Amino acid sequence: MQWLKSVAVAALGLGWIGSTGADAQGPIKIGEMNSYKSQPAFLEPYRRGWQMAIEEINAKGGVLGRQLEVISRDDNANPGDAVRVAEELVTREGVALISGTFLSHIGLAVTDFAKQKKVLFVAAEPLTDKITWENGNRYTFRLRTSTYMQVAMLMPDTLAAKKKRWALVYPNFEYGQSAVAAFKKLLKEKQPDAEFVTEQATPLGKVDAGAVVQALADAKPDGIFNVLFGTDLARFAREGNTRGIFKDRTVVSLLSGEPEYLDPLKEDTPEGWIVTGYPWDEIDTPAHKAFVAAYQKRWNDYPRLGSPVGYITMQSIAEAIKKAGSTDTEKMIAAFRGLKIDTSFGPIEYRKQDHQATMGAYVGKTTLKGGKGTMKDFRYVDGGSIQPADGEVAKMRPKEANE
Amino acid sequence: MSVLEVAGLAKSFGGVKAVDGVTFNVERGEFLALIGPNGAGKSTCFNMINGQLTPDAGDVRLDGRSIARLSPRQIWSAGVGRTFQIAATFASFTVIENVQMALLSHRGEVYRFVGGVGPRHREEAIALLDRVGMADQSYRSSRELAYGDVKRLELAIALANDPKLLLMDEPTAGMATKERNELIALVKRLVVEHGISVLFTEHSMDVVFTFADRIVVLARGRLIAEGDAASIRANKDVQAVYLGTGKVFERKGAARPSGAQAP
Amino acid sequence: MTIDALLFQALNGLASASSLFLIGVGLSIIFGVSRIVNMAHGSLYMLGIYIAYSCATHIGGAFGFWGGIVISTLLVAAIGAMIEIVLLRRIYRAPELFQLLATFAVVLVVSDLTLWIWGNEDLLGPRAPGMTGAVEILGRRMPTYDIFMMFVGPAVLLVLYWLLARTRFGRLIRAATQDREMVGALGVDQARLFTLVFALGAGLAGLGGALQLPREPANLAIDLNLIGDAFVVVVVGGMGSITGAYLAALIIAEIKALCIALGAQTIFGVSFNFSRLTLVAEFLVMAVVLIVRPYGLMGRAQGLIRTLAIPEEPVRAADAMTKGLAGIVLAVLVVMPLASAYWPYATVLGIDMLIAALFATSLHFIKGPGGMHSFGHAAYFGLGAYGAGLAVKAGGLSTMPALLVVAPLAAFAGAALFGWFCVRLSGVYLAMLTLAFGQIVWSIVYQWETFTGGSNGVVGVWPQGLLADRSIYYWLVLALTVSGVMFLRTVIFAPFGLGLRAVRDNPLRAAAIGLDVRRIQWIAFILAGTVCGVAGGLYAFAKGSISPETIHVGRSIDGIVMVLLGGLQTVSGPVIGGPLFTLLQDTLIRQVSYWRAALGIVILIIVLVFPQGVVGSIAHWRQWLAERARRPA
Repeated sequence: MQWLKSVAVAALGLGWIGSTGADAQGPIKIGEMNSYKSQPAFLEPYRRGWQMAIEEINAKGGVLGRQLEVISRDDNANPGDAVRVAEELVTREGVALISGTFLSHIGLAVTDFAKQKKVLFVAAEPLTDKITWENGNRYTFRLRTSTYMQVAMLMPDTLAAKKKRWALVYPNFEYGQSAVAAFKKLLKEKQPDAEFVTEQATPLGKVDAGAVVQALADAKPDGIFNVLFGTDLARFAREGNTRGIFKDRTVVSLLSGEPEYLDPLKEDTPEGWIVTGYPWDEIDTPAHKAFVAAYQKRWNDYPRLGSPVGYITMQSIAEAIKKAGSTDTEKMIAAFRGLKIDTSFGPIEYRKQDHQATMGAYVGKTTLKGGKGTMKDFRYVDGGSIQPADGEVAKMRPKEANE
Repeated sequence: MSVLEVAGLAKSFGGVKAVDGVTFNVERGEFLALIGPNGAGKSTCFNMINGQLTPDAGDVRLDGRSIARLSPRQIWSAGVGRTFQIAATFASFTVIENVQMALLSHRGEVYRFVGGVGPRHREEAIALLDRVGMADQSYRSSRELAYGDVKRLELAIALANDPKLLLMDEPTAGMATKERNELIALVKRLVVEHGISVLFTEHSMDVVFTFADRIVVLARGRLIAEGDAASIRANKDVQAVYLGTGKVFERKGAARPSGAQAP
Repeated sequence: MTIDALLFQALNGLASASSLFLIGVGLSIIFGVSRIVNMAHGSLYMLGIYIAYSCATHIGGAFGFWGGIVISTLLVAAIGAMIEIVLLRRIYRAPELFQLLATFAVVLVVSDLTLWIWGNEDLLGPRAPGMTGAVEILGRRMPTYDIFMMFVGPAVLLVLYWLLARTRFGRLIRAATQDREMVGALGVDQARLFTLVFALGAGLAGLGGALQLPREPANLAIDLNLIGDAFVVVVVGGMGSITGAYLAALIIAEIKALCIALGAQTIFGVSFNFSRLTLVAEFLVMAVVLIVRPYGLMGRAQGLIRTLAIPEEPVRAADAMTKGLAGIVLAVLVVMPLASAYWPYATVLGIDMLIAALFATSLHFIKGPGGMHSFGHAAYFGLGAYGAGLAVKAGGLSTMPALLVVAPLAAFAGAALFGWFCVRLSGVYLAMLTLAFGQIVWSIVYQWETFTGGSNGVVGVWPQGLLADRSIYYWLVLALTVSGVMFLRTVIFAPFGLGLRAVRDNPLRAAAIGLDVRRIQWIAFILAGTVCGVAGGLYAFAKGSISPETIHVGRSIDGIVMVLLGGLQTVSGPVIGGPLFTLLQDTLIRQVSYWRAALGIVILIIVLVFPQGVVGSIAHWRQWLAERARRPA
């Protein structure tokens, strides 16, 4: 067999395919992958966030006496390529765990890969509920608030508005669909007389804003629930403002307070929308102020939501490895379960029952301040406070995921 | 008995009668020319016979069987070979593959998915190429051929299904005088040797009057004269039509460069 | 729903129609004259909106905005002319569609260039000075700028109409649209004409982009988002007909507006949300129009299109050297997993490269020997992937029967159905109908949450049993890829393949020797689709999950790029092109942060150095050397 291997080695002769092998005394390798080229607006701040975290951790001597090294890859915004990248990180780079992903379908594909290959995966940003519920598994933990959590956070203010007729507008893919489903379910539970007068499902990134805005207005709703984001949100907000459809209506809008989506709106920032978001310049907890100061010093730019998400992702990984005392997958899983850390958002915990972190989000109202959109009357909603009952979660999540 | 009977054939385009009640026959072993000035309806008539166009009225019968509303493919199966005004071969094939393709089609062997083409019907293909004097060029790429050779190859292809009738649309278009006479002489020889009937359209009056057994003249969609070379030459109507347009002895095809390759 | 509401939505549709018309009209003119499938059209449009943004914000005021529109138009026209002069002019004689590869590379480069210049944030421009408000119509508010846009489309149409009908340049464009060689024969400087046409088309794209500034933020996704719409407008309208383009834009925009106006409706107890149709409305329209009118609304039947390309060489069986080389490569591929201790990643990447080879070969089969340019080949890849995946997940089948029976069967069914319609068309119309079918399949899969998992797809379809081992799965992929490639290769050399090539070379001639043109093309379509389905099935199990991306037009275009990279006119081109593209992408994505630009530049170099594709050019050079050696000294 040895000669056969030699032949193969010689024939391939491509040095760069060679494995570097894991050296126990070298740095701890963390695999990181994301759709950097496809979603740069969110992911550049995210990258800066985790880079800063790694620099800080390493400056303090690393973890378990070893430095952390992040091997970062672009997943080409495609689940097939993402799985190949994950395999490459695991087989060739010998990383201790993988982290990252932004788009839900990629997050799910990698979640499943983690289960199949028994690799720890820390899903930083994908929102789909399935990562921790239907498709949850023991190898996968998620940091950012899920779609359900985002919707649930908005419920108290939605109910307080006491509106009966609701119009719904959402991007036509799983995120939009499940956000709307959650909104309908939660609203109907608490306010059975609520009506949903129209639903507009728009193609992602290609909303025909004028017609959609008009169709919403023609249904004469009292309130509008919006799930559009990114370029769709900008078009929607501008057309809606020009056509005056937001006047005297309650608008509840998912993610719209995040700087990634709010900042491009500038003068078109709608007044008084109830949103989830991240008013980075208004949060005055000492931990967050310190984070902003450090971030601005390091990057000469202000943080977007991606920034703390990236930072906390690596912070969580470092803490988990420290707690585990090793990079053994099983020990890291045990460490992650119930892992508590202090972050710039406040204390968070990776829940044992569904591997979801309790990192929350800020709920408040949009407003225009100095030509720029920001949030007012906001409060931090802890992610642990708006979860379904443990019994319900257990029903949705496979049993073996908690073994 | 007639091989081909054309009876009352008619076709209009947007109200204009391109062919209007044309009737003639092609006898067995006959070399029949269909002529007429531009716009006389020759091409329309020809395309109805070869199946490219569907006639509005009238009939076309091959050996007594109607072929008027069949597709070109079915007409070929019925035993009609065909050459094109601008010679058309399969440019990415070798010379012999062109003939092999026609033979495979004739034998109903197109839907075979395994086994290379190379040896299939090779001898027969070479024999056909030999008949048109192209056997020595069998393995050349057909896109490299001189125009005259393309014409001869096309003839070999047309002969592959042992046709009863050969339809040739301006067979000598684009050829120099010497080549032209050689080609027609070749066709004439095949007609005589194999008893094939040929219907051809032609611009060159030299060719028509020298070689055709009989001539059918169209003008403005109608048949105005029919007969042998001498009688056509003497026909007052024909003279009027041709002198009117000044086309009797003009060699229109010569304008095309002889080396031109078909697309 | 009131009549007023519907009427008002129709007005909205008019404004959208203008936008859509401006997206497509430039492409129509470029395509009409040069026959270049300009993938970079969306990129030019994107540059238009970014340049307009910079003018509007840096210069500011009314001059910054309105002057900015003029500046973007001119600047993008200049960029278009430059692309033509520097790049496309060098490859007009390359095989058909090869220029697509070059423009695809331009898309990649422009995308990264835009990111580098303007940054990653969406840039929402100012409202149009003087048109910031709205006007009351039918008791509703219509933005002034939308009213302006309603008139812009028809105005541009009139100007172009005048240009084409009344000027010498216009007459030349029309003549060239009908017959390029004729224009050359008339002694017109073709190179200059092409450059001007490209500048005109690009300028129109720039204008379209710039005018969109108040309606949407400049963003990096515009280039690929728009290209599909642009092609739909061109093809539905009928190639080269600008009036048709406007008509197409109008119909599509109005249908979308109607779908949005209808919203969620309950008909006979079944509720359906019509707004969901806007995801695919333009492709539904295109499919229907092409089936009913094979040359689009206002297009005319094309004569035989004379390409400037050199006709293809006869295919010849591989010589001893090629066979030997193939044998060595195959031997290396077979033993590669044994070295997985040294190169664990080699089998991982190897699997993707082999699947790419099979995918590209199946596409090449209908593109090359078949002469049918499919822009929707991913549909069969996706049908295979989903067929296999769902057979395992929902049907409880094990890996092998899912892979060997269900995957090809699902793709077979799709190819048989869609192929039946597609082979009734030819040229670019056929290509666009395949695209439409592909997008329709995609949108169904994308939205059918309960069955296909919607946009998230199906997860948990890992190979079972022995196949769970990466090396063993690799060998399976290798075996099926080699079988698939050899099968299609055998068919190409068999009588059927000869018939297929005959039909491609000259359909008229083929029919005249008794070949059933449509039947042959249909069978070829089905064969290619079925083999592609196997590739899709292999992909599903290699990844453990399937998402709608396996069907998306992006993958179809990747396939075209793979085929063209290898060389359209060679039998073995795709076997090299597929893996090469995969390898390039995998390598560059890891090594370079601006990897799109890098990939684009590498493709551009390949385009210029290997104008027949990699394999095609090597074969060409070998032949040239052999001929030189034969020549007496």
